Amino acid sequence: MNSDPKLERIAKGNALALCATGTWTASFAPVLERMVADAEKLAGGPQSIFIDVSEVAKLDTFGAWLIERLRRSLTQGAVEAQIAGLSANYSSLVDEVRRVRATPVVETSTITITGMLEQIGRAVAGVGGTVAGLIDMLGAVLAAGFRVLIHPRAFRLTSTVHHMEQVCWRAVPIIVLITFLIGCIIAQQGIFHFRRFGADIFVVDMLGVLVLREIGVLLVAIMVAGRSGSAYTAELGSMKMREEIDALRTMGFDPIEVLVLPRMLALVLALPILAFLGAMAALYGGGLVAWLYGGVDPEAFLLRLRDAISIDHFIVGIVKAPVMAAVIGIVACVEGLAVQGSAESLGQHTTASVVKGIFFVIVMDGVFAIFFASIGM
Amino acid sequence: MAGEIQNPIIRVRDITVQFGATRVLDGLNLDVKRGEILGFVGPSGAGKSVLTRTIIGLVPKVAGSIEVFGVDLDSSSTSQRRNVERRWGVLFQQGALFSSLTVRQNIQFPMREYLRVSQRLMDEITMAKLTMVGLKPEVAERFPSELSGGMIKRVALARALSLDPDLVFLDEPTSGLDPIGAGDFDELVRTLQRTLGLTVFMVTHDLDSLYTACDRIAVLGNGKIIAAGSIADMQASQHPWLRQYFHGKRARAVMS
Repeated sequence: MNSDPKLERIAKGNALALCATGTWTASFAPVLERMVADAEKLAGGPQSIFIDVSEVAKLDTFGAWLIERLRRSLTQGAVEAQIAGLSANYSSLVDEVRRVRATPVVETSTITITGMLEQIGRAVAGVGGTVAGLIDMLGAVLAAGFRVLIHPRAFRLTSTVHHMEQVCWRAVPIIVLITFLIGCIIAQQGIFHFRRFGADIFVVDMLGVLVLREIGVLLVAIMVAGRSGSAYTAELGSMKMREEIDALRTMGFDPIEVLVLPRMLALVLALPILAFLGAMAALYGGGLVAWLYGGVDPEAFLLRLRDAISIDHFIVGIVKAPVMAAVIGIVACVEGLAVQGSAESLGQHTTASVVKGIFFVIVMDGVFAIFFASIGM
Repeated sequence: MAGEIQNPIIRVRDITVQFGATRVLDGLNLDVKRGEILGFVGPSGAGKSVLTRTIIGLVPKVAGSIEVFGVDLDSSSTSQRRNVERRWGVLFQQGALFSSLTVRQNIQFPMREYLRVSQRLMDEITMAKLTMVGLKPEVAERFPSELSGGMIKRVALARALSLDPDLVFLDEPTSGLDPIGAGDFDELVRTLQRTLGLTVFMVTHDLDSLYTACDRIAVLGNGKIIAAGSIADMQASQHPWLRQYFHGKRARAVMS
């Protein structure tokens, strides 16, 4: 049934007929386009031209448009090229296509040096905007927090508990596993290198200080930023996309109070708990390796640990946790609420949420290190 | 191909679809004939969308067979199935436009996959399709999030039509449109059906659509087709739901 399309030229006295035959459909589009381009060269000739489509076996939008394209380019001034032999089936399709205006020029952006410089400039200026956005959100969350303190009935306990389960309880296995393994690795590396100086036992000092002050909380914060920060951004972002946040607003609810505050609170409560569990798991892992690999038996390990660390180390570590949680939460919520209509935008903001979250966690850790050093803790 | 003309374009036999313990479709039979606009109605939650999604292969069925264009979709090879998919277009209830692509890219997406067509022709055909569905060419460079609900439906229809399919599935095409917009849309479906020789499978709730656009109506209830026929047959039916649907207050308003 499908036959190759053809466009034959038949001279009829003073006029030239272009006889289209065969199947004029999308599957033959490349052939058709070439034929039409060839025939277009006839424009400007002396004869009047008409296009005879009576022999066309099958026509679809592609074919109809190409015939229309040919007709347009053969039409000059007042002399219009005619389409002849149109069957009733296809005449409405050709009429439909005839209404189409010429294609508007598609603007394509070209990469120029000034364009690139402009982008860099905009990105730098955007940093200020990011910081302002974070401070804005911090203010909004604190204001919502105070409102809830004054009217405790506005507090969303169920939501907070739900997010606690998601962020804290369900994160316990993976956090404990990873910090346990990190504890093992620190101890193994420590023993391996300290052994050369006969200082095996100092691995306990290193492990205790490192885990309680820095690694425990930092590692857990990074994992929470990746695990829960991204989830917050994706949740809020898809709610934004589906106008759920606008719906809340029109019902007289404050999205910050309903959505952001419970999530922030859950995260601020969860991170110290997770950091504590993580530190314990890392110490346990380190102790296990010290015993099995380094020959430091558990009693000696515990004695040494008691001497090496004080409660200060633990406090220094755990105090950082809620602050880091707040930073992660604010970054995640700001990014979530900044999502625009498309799936691509959701992806970009979720990536930004994790990257910025981890960046700010490390910056905060540095600030804390300077602070604790200067107060002598 | 000759047999296809006599045989129905869609032939559904003894379809059963189950979600957990609930049986949504229970031994359902349905034929859709070439060149007709079939309106598919039924109470909310009766499984209209489920049937549509089952036919296009998005929902697995427990039993039964589906033939589209004379090809049994269960026993067909991948290339046969591809061929069938190339010949149908689907308009989803929410439009389902790709949100990170512009309108132009959305409409050209199936063309790029299935056809070897120059960019110039694709652009021109895109404009033709936009004109056909009643949109201005300026819309082409917008993203779906910048369109109104009615425009999204129209662009989605243009995308469904981009390969010049023989069969289109429309899932509630007029829901969420204002009555004038909905009327235009019905008109549009009718015009396109005439110009392109389409077969249309339309799930709808809109009585106006049933009266103005559809050649035949099938009614779904209790997981089966409880009635199928012309609008006059529906009005004559004694089935309680049909009586309520076609003789209720709104139906009288539409008919008068």
